[in-house]
Amino acid sequence: MDRDQLVVDKIKESISDAIEEVLDFRGERTLFIKPNRLKKVCQLLRDDEALAYNFLSDICADDLLPDYPRFAINYHLYSLSNKHRLRLRVMVEYPDKGPATMADIWPIATWLEMEVWDLMGVSFRGNKSQRRLFLPEDWQGHPLRKDYPLGYEEVQFSFNWEEIGARKPRPEE
Amino acid sequence: MGIEQKLGNMGIVTYRLEDVVNWGRSNAMWPLLFGLACCAIEMMGAQAANYDLSRFGMELNRPSPRQSDLMIVAGRVSRKMAPVVRRLYGQMPSPKWVIAMGDCASCGGVFNNYAIVQGVDEIVPVDVYVSGCPPRPEALIDGIMTLHEKVRGESLKDWA
Repeated sequence: MDRDQLVVDKIKESISDAIEEVLDFRGERTLFIKPNRLKKVCQLLRDDEALAYNFLSDICADDLLPDYPRFAINYHLYSLSNKHRLRLRVMVEYPDKGPATMADIWPIATWLEMEVWDLMGVSFRGNKSQRRLFLPEDWQGHPLRKDYPLGYEEVQFSFNWEEIGARKPRPEE
Repeated sequence: MGIEQKLGNMGIVTYRLEDVVNWGRSNAMWPLLFGLACCAIEMMGAQAANYDLSRFGMELNRPSPRQSDLMIVAGRVSRKMAPVVRRLYGQMPSPKWVIAMGDCASCGGVFNNYAIVQGVDEIVPVDVYVSGCPPRPEALIDGIMTLHEKVRGESLKDWA
């Protein structure tokens, strides 16, 4: 793939130490980027006329619980003029101090980063509206983390019917 | 060929108040237009031509809770939605009834997790539970008929 190689060359040309690893999997290219170079790389990818990744289609987070660093953030980019997709991946050591926000490069990043914080608890430095997006405002914790309890209620069978029924909340009329 | 033959010329019929009021309530029950998930599709099916819910005086779904007296909770209620459901229930004028349609509304169904209320009976008092995932329109109509029976059996001293 020509364009895949062009991206790597362009990045290496201007920011030589940004790329840690290049991964090809089933025709999709992922670039592992150093966290402190991410902002520069994204600026380059959007502004360079040959690359023109003008659409940030998604940001998603991985929880790799037994491993360290525990979190990884994936940026899915798309170039509308070149019809080409690219994935950037950065590792996050401390979820309280995540990667810098991309809101000044792609404004949609504000919402995508809000979603990542809401469900996975990785905060983005500089994101001005970090608040609950999908969950109720008073929610505790981040439910898509692997150590978040999944089940809510014990299943009611005949042998524990009364025990669970006694705990169940009942509304007033 | 009915009641008018027994009236004579008086134009008066005597009947129990309980029965008349319950008859009126059960035969013109207006549901709240309120679908939350896939059960709402079956609810629409029940109201459409094939199953024709208007046979039971229920052709009118009100978009405003203030004009309706039956809430069909059709679908799973998320914890974020729960205060809204309770608020809509509070805005309905009495007398009012609730049908929990489908497994999710009745007990959480397959969604035994942090996001879904484990049965709407935790937030509003439910009169009839309809099982199924989603229930067929026949099942919903059966649930509504069950509710009608319940309403017809209500007694005067319980209204107050």
